[in-house]
Amino acid sequence: MEAFTTYTGRAVPLRRSNVDTDQIIPAVWLKQVSRTGFDKGLFSAWREDPEFVLNQPRYEGAGILVAGPDFGTGSSREHAVWALQQYGFRVVIAARFGDIFRNNSTKMGLLPVVLTGEQVEALQSAVEKDPALEITVDLDGREVRWGADTASFEIDDYTRWRLMEGLDDIGLTLRHADAISGFEGDRAAWLPVTL
Amino acid sequence: MGRTLAEKVYDAHVVRRAEGEPDLLYIDLHLVHEVTSPQAFDGLRMAGRRVRRPDLTIATEDHNVPTTDLLKPIADPVSRTQVETLRKNCSEFGVRLHPMGDEGQGIVHVIGPQLGLTQPGMTVVCGDSHTSTHGAFGALAFGIGTSEVEHVLATQTLPQVKPKTMAVTVEGGLPAGVTAKDLILAIIARIGTGGGQGHIVEYRGEAIRSLSMEGRMTVCNMSIEAGARAGMIAPDETTFEYLKGRPHAPRGEEWDRAVEYWTSLRTDDDAVFDKEVVIDAAELTPFVTWGTNPGQGLPLGDSVPDPATLADPVERQSAERALEYMGLTAGTPLRDIAVDTVFVGSCTNGRIEDLRAVAGVLRGRKVADGVRMLVVPGSMKVKKQAEDEGLNEVISAAGAEWREAGCSMCLAMNPDKLTPGERSASTSNRNFEGRQGPGGRTHLVSPAVAAATAVTGRLAAPADL
Repeated sequence: MEAFTTYTGRAVPLRRSNVDTDQIIPAVWLKQVSRTGFDKGLFSAWREDPEFVLNQPRYEGAGILVAGPDFGTGSSREHAVWALQQYGFRVVIAARFGDIFRNNSTKMGLLPVVLTGEQVEALQSAVEKDPALEITVDLDGREVRWGADTASFEIDDYTRWRLMEGLDDIGLTLRHADAISGFEGDRAAWLPVTL
Repeated sequence: MGRTLAEKVYDAHVVRRAEGEPDLLYIDLHLVHEVTSPQAFDGLRMAGRRVRRPDLTIATEDHNVPTTDLLKPIADPVSRTQVETLRKNCSEFGVRLHPMGDEGQGIVHVIGPQLGLTQPGMTVVCGDSHTSTHGAFGALAFGIGTSEVEHVLATQTLPQVKPKTMAVTVEGGLPAGVTAKDLILAIIARIGTGGGQGHIVEYRGEAIRSLSMEGRMTVCNMSIEAGARAGMIAPDETTFEYLKGRPHAPRGEEWDRAVEYWTSLRTDDDAVFDKEVVIDAAELTPFVTWGTNPGQGLPLGDSVPDPATLADPVERQSAERALEYMGLTAGTPLRDIAVDTVFVGSCTNGRIEDLRAVAGVLRGRKVADGVRMLVVPGSMKVKKQAEDEGLNEVISAAGAEWREAGCSMCLAMNPDKLTPGERSASTSNRNFEGRQGPGGRTHLVSPAVAAATAVTGRLAAPADL
């Protein structure tokens, strides 16, 4: 995956709560068997509305999505992460994320940043006031900075390290292949097999 | 200090634990379907990796499959390609597959339990959020994304941080006419769509213990709708009774050893949960959703809520948007809401008991004029069992359509979908905008409410008939 250290750029405010992954990428787009081309499907139902934030030219080119609480709930579809990344987002900021979405994001190098509801609201207002506002998301320093404001966020050391190095989980796990084989040798005999 | 069921199952699967790193968790069963796997198999191919344990992996075709004309090729070329890609991948990597038309085919979360592959104490994953269904057996089961699907295929493990635990205790017995679906919808409305976030929920209490395995699966299935990582129920005689004699269940002396182990998994008396919620079963009535997330639900006897009365601005805005999308007016009694379509099926409510409940209500009655009712069994085995019991005849005689097995209108990836503005009462799990087809409006209900609604044409419970 692509390494993430710091991103500086503009943001889009998405003032909606409970943005489930069915909204991020509707099911019809899930029929693809490749990993590309999902940008067109991002929020495709909502993008039919010319007033929808992503259709507003003033937010064009933004790399940070600032969303309402419970972003990415629902379906486990990683296509939601691919769609956001392929559209150009590197960071999603929200007060709360769906667990699976958050997990999928960190596997792909899309940074999910949890701020408080008040901080998210302040950032959304600042961006609405000045869509050209430059925002820095600093993973190393665990900080989001805009104007005179700074908000720190939490992320565990391991996930941060993996994101900053852009490391592939499978490669990391396979270093412990012997431990896996050892565990397999001790599994209960009654456990089912499919073949 | 004692441990909870979730902690015992989790701890028993830790392959490696190291300071400052996630645990490496062993996966006992990996369920695969056509939608979230193609890119994972591609990843294996590109890296020159194989499937480490094809013998712990099983695949089925469910999301895209049409529920009519099984003998014809899938008409939608994109769906067809996805299904054919799964077949190619399973054959190349040696994974057992139950394709369309096969007697073992069905929704991934219906076939695992049906085969006896889902057992207490196991870890089960699938690239599908409703994997939580399998927690009904006391398994630790959760949904994963495609990167993790590839990780499990390659290593049979997943890096995991131990989730927190939450007890949802339902005290007392469920009143007559109240089902597992009503119960879980009420729980989600109570704790919210983020209420279980970061937690494994263990459902406990008299009302849970008295549920059948089908009912328990309905409850655990929708754990994800409360934001939980997984849902679990302690294995007991009901669990063992369901499992005994299934094709992949242990036999003979192994059965006895397994039961002894499974029994030991129950939460210790002195175990402490990170969070606890208590629900009084006696207060429950048939429950339906009015909005566009599964937490927006109310007892059927209530009216569409007025967003202005909601104190939290985020919830108020969400409710306003939901009413606009759903085409509903605050104050309308829920029983006055007329539907166009009734859908019975899905991994939430597509099992034999659900179909029996529907047939029980429809027997000797007719689906209301102008209402379309689809009944889609969760698997080909469920379909056959229902037909052996004559349920299909009751359902067809009432004017409902009896279909082949699959996910169908739960997420409208096959031809079964709502048209814009069309309203459904659905036994599925998600009332998200457009979930059952672009512009479609969904009310989540139990199978009994679905059947009664089909008869009256408006949201109704069997007691209203």
